[in-house]
Amino acid sequence: MDRNNLISVEGLARRFPGAGGDDPVTVFDDLWFAAAKGEFVCLIGHSGCGKSTILNILAGIDRPTEGTVIVDGKEVTGPSLDRAVVFQGHALMPWMTTMGNIAFAVRSRWPRWPRSKIRDHCQAYIDMVHLTGSENKKPAQLSGGMRQRVGIARALAIEPRIMLLDEPFSALDALTRGALQDELLDICAKTRQTTFMITHDIDEALLLADRILLMTNGPKARIAEIVVNTLPKGRTRSEFHRHANYYPLRNHLIDFLVSRSEALRELVAGVDPRKPPAVFPRAEEPGQPPAVIADATA
Amino acid sequence: MEESKSRHALALSALLLALFLGGWQLAISGGGGPVPDMDPEYAALMGDIAKGGSALPSPLDVAKEMWRHISDPFYDKGPNDKGIGIQLAYSLTRVLIGFLIATLVAIPLGFLIGMSPLFYRALDPFIQILKPISPLAWMPLALYTIKDSDISSVFVIFICSIWPMLMNTAFGVASVRRDWLNVAKTLEVGRLRTAFRVILPAAAPTIMTGMRIALAIAWLVIVAAEMLVGGTGVGYFVWNEWNNLSITNIICAILFIGLVGMALDQALHGLSKLVTYTE
Ligand SMILES: Nc1ncnc2c1ncn2[C@@H]1O[C@H](COP(=O)(O)OP(=O)(O)OP(=O)(O)O)[C@@H](O)[C@H]1O
Ligand SMILES: [Mg+2]
Repeated sequence: MDRNNLISVEGLARRFPGAGGDDPVTVFDDLWFAAAKGEFVCLIGHSGCGKSTILNILAGIDRPTEGTVIVDGKEVTGPSLDRAVVFQGHALMPWMTTMGNIAFAVRSRWPRWPRSKIRDHCQAYIDMVHLTGSENKKPAQLSGGMRQRVGIARALAIEPRIMLLDEPFSALDALTRGALQDELLDICAKTRQTTFMITHDIDEALLLADRILLMTNGPKARIAEIVVNTLPKGRTRSEFHRHANYYPLRNHLIDFLVSRSEALRELVAGVDPRKPPAVFPRAEEPGQPPAVIADATA
Repeated sequence: MEESKSRHALALSALLLALFLGGWQLAISGGGGPVPDMDPEYAALMGDIAKGGSALPSPLDVAKEMWRHISDPFYDKGPNDKGIGIQLAYSLTRVLIGFLIATLVAIPLGFLIGMSPLFYRALDPFIQILKPISPLAWMPLALYTIKDSDISSVFVIFICSIWPMLMNTAFGVASVRRDWLNVAKTLEVGRLRTAFRVILPAAAPTIMTGMRIALAIAWLVIVAAEMLVGGTGVGYFVWNEWNNLSITNIICAILFIGLVGMALDQALHGLSKLVTYTE
């Protein structure tokens, strides 16, 4: 694979022991993909196809049955402060305040920092996610969106090389979700953060991602296709859906989720799993099928 | 709304108390003569009381006696006549020492069991067998091996309070949410720091519940233990007053035991409020 890739997933498989001594269940098998430095990659797939499992393996919390994850030239063998995770449930410690939760992470990263420096550092990230004034509130006193923002601030505050987000906004209402997407967009633009995010929300993927990995249904799920976001960079939530490429992209993704994720399971059988086809849905030449290029790293 | 409800509850409590005291008074003044079908041997044992008079003290007698105890709780006139305050202090000291040692053993051990399925499996049969044994069954063995009645009572308290704390700690530790442990893992937090900063606070409410149960049981058991062993303590006091046939003092002691037990539970309840969290 390309040496410029920060993350490189090679031949990943995860099997769980079957219930009651049955054959083991293969959640996914022979999975290959990569992400370049500074890239924002989204993973879309149906519930239960193994997205969280992939993310946990990337995070180093779970171990693959086969294959390896290589980050920055080194194989992942366990969790690392270089890879921060925003969990599907916010996973804040309910007995700690906003400040306490973030400081817990910061102190883990820089154990030698004096108290005041940790405080200032945390405060900067609390301000960044617009939670100024809620420093001393416990998670139970915060709204769902605020909790999710604390989770994001906690992940950002350790200045990781890679951010891993597991459906960070799925439990939120549309308005809050939009506001948080804007913030994340903003932060990623500023920090040039390499980000891997799982989502169910097509618009979210189109707004944030550079590339979108489409996963077939499990068991034995695969990466079926890599959709390259053809919307120009510098997208904003109020404008991006006006671009001519928006509907072709959106239709392509919806089409995948509604019908093709099942059909593709048969289709991908012949495709080299190392090089899932990359597609560039565009507005030009209506009626033409999208260009399919066999190089995944394009 | 809330306030008026609690005032109603208070009024009802007062009413129930008044009814109870009234009934008590009525029963005392009504029933005079000897109980007709009393076992003659037992009547002989009971002496005067069986032949009539006030078999049971009236509420007022008890109140007077209570007041006498409260106004002079710490007098000491030899081994068989000590103030109730001193006796309660003896019992409390035994309970607290036994309970404290049990805490020091049960919480670390519970942590180990909760964190390691191997330890859980290995220790489970022992716990299953030891847990249902009445703590008092240990008393003769303790007296024989330790040869000191004081330490033996402390040991019995230790034995009876260790199980609820052990079980609750293990359960609390084992059921800490995976997410929180994963957070600690991704932050590369060391084992010790994870134990103290994540697992302990997460399991603290469950552990506190175990401590409350344990202390309540310990307070129940100490009375029985002191009745067996004698010498000092509120259990001995009750037994001694039974030998003196002073029903009034027995009732007083029962009330004091209840009050102290309640105070102990309230104290731990206050502590557990400090460590509870809402998710
Ligand atoms: N510890 C486990 N033991 C057995 N099977 C498991 C385990 N963890 C996950 N699975 C199975 O693996 C599959 C993928 O789970 P995963 O949580 O990765 O799904 P997901 O794609 O993240 O779904 P969702 O979108 O609903 O979050 C599921 O079918 C699940 O039943
Ligand atoms: Mg998931």
